[in-house]
Amino acid sequence: MNIAVCVKQIPDPAALYELDSENHWVIRPNDQVLDDTDRFGIEIGLQLAEESEGTVTLFSMGPSGSLQGIRQALAMGADKAVLIDDEILKGSDALTTAQILSAAIAKEGFDLVVAGMESTDGYTGTVPQMMSEILDVPCLSFARNVEVEDGNVTIERQTASGYEVVSAKLPALLAVTAGVVEPRYPTFKGIMQAKSKPVDTLTASDLGVEPHIGQTISSVTDVEARASGTVIEDEGEAYLKIVETLEQAKVI
Amino acid sequence: MTAWVFAEEIEGSPSEGSLELLSKARSHGDVTVFYVGDGSDASWTTLGNHGATKVYHLDPGDSLPSAPAAASLADLLESDGGEVVLFGAGNTDRDVAGRLAARLGKPLVAGAIDIDATDGISVTSEILGGTKAVATAITAASPALVATRPKAFAAEAVGGSAPEVVSVPVPDVGRSGAVIVERHVEASVGPDLEAAAVVVSGGRGLGSAEGFEMVDELARLLEGAVGGTRAVVDAGWVPYSYQVGQTGKTVKPNVYIACAISGAMQHVVGMKGSSTIIAINKDPDAPIFAIADLGIVGDVHTVVPQLIGALKERA
Ligand SMILES: Cc1cc2nc3c(=O)[nH]c(=O)nc-3n(C[C@H](O)[C@H](O)[C@H](O)COP(=O)(O)OP(=O)(O)OC[C@H]3O[C@@H](n4cnc5c(N)ncnc54)[C@H](O)[C@@H]3O)c2cc1C
Repeated sequence: MNIAVCVKQIPDPAALYELDSENHWVIRPNDQVLDDTDRFGIEIGLQLAEESEGTVTLFSMGPSGSLQGIRQALAMGADKAVLIDDEILKGSDALTTAQILSAAIAKEGFDLVVAGMESTDGYTGTVPQMMSEILDVPCLSFARNVEVEDGNVTIERQTASGYEVVSAKLPALLAVTAGVVEPRYPTFKGIMQAKSKPVDTLTASDLGVEPHIGQTISSVTDVEARASGTVIEDEGEAYLKIVETLEQAKVI
Repeated sequence: MTAWVFAEEIEGSPSEGSLELLSKARSHGDVTVFYVGDGSDASWTTLGNHGATKVYHLDPGDSLPSAPAAASLADLLESDGGEVVLFGAGNTDRDVAGRLAARLGKPLVAGAIDIDATDGISVTSEILGGTKAVATAITAASPALVATRPKAFAAEAVGGSAPEVVSVPVPDVGRSGAVIVERHVEASVGPDLEAAAVVVSGGRGLGSAEGFEMVDELARLLEGAVGGTRAVVDAGWVPYSYQVGQTGKTVKPNVYIACAISGAMQHVVGMKGSSTIIAINKDPDAPIFAIADLGIVGDVHTVVPQLIGALKERA
């Protein structure tokens, strides 16, 4: 099976994100890390590839920088990566991102696309759905417990009150949530091999996609933070403060 | 102008999110609802009551709704026109919104907390865990596609009359189709998480599924609902339907009690609208304390049992 996994390099989430004042884009350092959320999709891709003697190709749009995040993903065991890095794609919206990734994946050929439900640094949470429409495949979203058998893929799709079992024919797109599987840690060997795995770089025009602009950001303002209240150290009686607060809120 | 609202049927009724959107949409004129589910007179009455003037009803049966709903909605928008299409934050809302945007080749603004239609369509949304508000002007030709945050608007019945209901056929979506083979509802005890006046949530610091039991007991004593962080959902201590936050539910209770929760921005975005926040955490530097009205630096395994004891004595 030919498995395409979408991944993203993001600024280290432990640091505070800064927006550039002119365009309001997240400032991206040269060294970005693999979005932790993507590790789940990579793991699923690797497991399915192992079962079917298939390959895992990573697809990523954004500034390549030092490729640190991509190498982290390759170190887990993916075979190669296709990167779309193009100045004109800076500040792209979800739809342009979906168009670019879909075009690159279609060019390469695929049986299954795996993506995370949303990235950590910006969360429209709709790129996978957009990609499925563009690629004309079923979108198996909010997926966990994935099984592929005889050209069919079956998942459990999380719903507000539980889950449903959904089945579709390949080719298909899977959008997975965190926690679906335990992502593997890269081995030393994997880290060494990742350094020489192929990374192709494409531009938007290589793919024949023109970024469209249908929205403009007119302002970005800080949301007034909630004022913090009292913080007390428990010395054995702090629970009485809670009781008092519950009384004031009239819930007891 | 005409606004459209996407409504998914949840347990026999229009989703709560769709009723919230109707409150906003009707202030802009006529509202057409695109309804996905079995449908019933009771549902039409509820929709009319909240301001819907027309309902298109798609019953996808056992088909996964996203592809057929997006195809059908795209056709209807083409024939009827419409300035704005509003989606909620539900999983099916997101699936249909994404597919529709790609089908129409139009941008989709997500995470919206307000929409202004006085001079074109301008949308306010929150990013970076709700710390920044972004105003986006939609310059693409209508319809503008907007997906909102849960509880951005309050649902309010206005006693509108029954809407006109038109059934639409399920389009053939070819290889984009998928089938729902089984449906499972995970039993939850106590009041509905999204509507409860008190929510008691637990985090990884409770240590184990057994450790989580005191959260259940505290919630029961307060007649509240139980919630959790993604960490405890991932650990399998509670089902996903308990998850509060960016990828889970948004709650705005009167009182929110966070037990051994660090306060990651993806969690906070789902509960910062609570009137009173009480947090218990042993780490004085836990970010949750920055938004808590009352923060207790202490061990949950001491403080919560004491609190439970005190509440039992009062009962
Ligand atoms: C794209 C994305 C989406 C996400 N969506 C969500 C979401 O919807 N909801 C969500 O919750 N998270 C979400 N997360 C995860 C989020 O970033 C955090 O990882 C998660 O909320 C942490 O859960 P936690 O507070 O239980 O665990 P931790 O961060 O591990 O915190 C545990 C806390 O318990 C305290 N503690 C430990 N022992 C004790 C004790 N004995 N007594 C008192 N305190 C103790 C510790 O001091 C610590 O602060 C998302 C992340 C990403 C990247």
